[in-house]
Amino acid sequence: MAERERLAISRPKEGACGNTGTWRVFRPVVDKEKCNSCGMCAMYCPDGVIDENYEIDLVFCKGCGICATECPKKAIEMVREGNTTSQ
Amino acid sequence: MSGTSATEYICKCTSACAGCSSSLILRHVLKAAGPDTVLVVPACCTSVLQGVWPNTAFNIPIYNVAFAAAAAVASGMAAAFESLGKNTNVIAYAGDGGTVDIGIQAISGALERETNFLYICYDNEAYGNTGMQRSGSTPMGARTTTTPGGKTHKKKDLDRIIAAHHLPYMATACSAYPQDLVKKVQKALSIKGPKFMHILAPCPPGWRYDSSQTIEIGKMAVKTGLWAMYEREYDNLTINGPTKAAMIKPTPLEDYFKMQGRFSGLKEEQIRTIRGEMERNLRMLKAEAEGC
Ligand SMILES: Cc1ncc(C[n+]2csc(CCOP(=O)(O)OP(=O)(O)O)c2C)c(N)n1
Ligand code: SF4
Ligand code: SF4
Ligand code: SF4
Ligand SMILES: [Mg+2]
Repeated sequence: MAERERLAISRPKEGACGNTGTWRVFRPVVDKEKCNSCGMCAMYCPDGVIDENYEIDLVFCKGCGICATECPKKAIEMVREGNTTSQ
Repeated sequence: MSGTSATEYICKCTSACAGCSSSLILRHVLKAAGPDTVLVVPACCTSVLQGVWPNTAFNIPIYNVAFAAAAAVASGMAAAFESLGKNTNVIAYAGDGGTVDIGIQAISGALERETNFLYICYDNEAYGNTGMQRSGSTPMGARTTTTPGGKTHKKKDLDRIIAAHHLPYMATACSAYPQDLVKKVQKALSIKGPKFMHILAPCPPGWRYDSSQTIEIGKMAVKTGLWAMYEREYDNLTINGPTKAAMIKPTPLEDYFKMQGRFSGLKEEQIRTIRGEMERNLRMLKAEAEGC
């Protein structure tokens, strides 16, 4: 075992690369009135931070804007982050 | 998305750039493959974006191996699983540099030995991880850090090199079409023996476009006909719908180039060369599909 523990093995962990939401310049805001639950945003989010209820995890969302571009209902708006980082 | 589980195999989040399409590809590849899968990753963006020891964002076993070695390591791993009587999926996930340039002998060997694995090359058309140097897969005219005036050589025709190995399954795909990608991964994994996928992976910092346009750029690559989508089972070619449409009514190539800063210095004669190469590729695919 001692031998094995010297191997460079990493273990899975949420936040392994920090809270990537702090990278954001623009934040996606979903208008639930316009959303028809088509699922495109969740399918296209490279980082899988949109859940089955189309809630966006802002702790990790990097603000790439793909979801807003691809939403067929134009239900997602990218809004500039303020000076105080929320979340 | 239909056809795959809701389970995610990548924890929030990797350190990939915002809007990275390679991350989108891998997310769907893992969902399509399921938990009984090991990944073999040579040096590339995917080795770096996992995180720093002792943590990783990946909830699946990954072997990070030397740049040229992905297909060789996967061969050994596939042999080990076979001798244990296990059906674990062995998937090599490598960049274009690690595939068309430095890893090509290992892939050729693994295909010739009929290794039971799936090799996926995600093609961001340069050495992304080290700062976008030109690779054999960089298209003509594209500016990279080692071709600041635009690449003078053509993109290597990797797929016909792979096809020359007459393998049971190979396919091209594009990150902008995740449903198609998932179907192809599932099909590949249902077949025993060597399988290969070449997936176009637009890269916002490397291709110099806004991260929100990642999917639009991938779709445009297909709609112009520049990136052809097809499947080849042994020597049986099927051209996929979006590429059939592009063969009939293509979007002008210029629409694709002008979306990306890397093509800002593209010369008329280079556009002619690229168009000529593209038309030749589509002609050859069409003739092959029609069996002549
Ligand atoms: C033998 C060797 N040469 C060079 C490197 C440095 N290196 C690490 S990743 C990389 C670029 C990989 O490019 P690609 O395979 O296209 O993947 P990408 O980074 O674009 O995802 C290079 C040059 C290395 N790790 N090993
Ligand atoms: S893409 Fe738009 S309409 Fe579809 S689920 Fe997402 S927010 Fe709703
Ligand atoms: S902005 Fe990008 S990272 Fe954030 S939810 Fe939308 S697609 Fe995902
Ligand atoms: S450089 Fe390109 S491929 Fe690499 S992580 Fe960034 S967006 Fe993805
Ligand atoms: Mg690359």
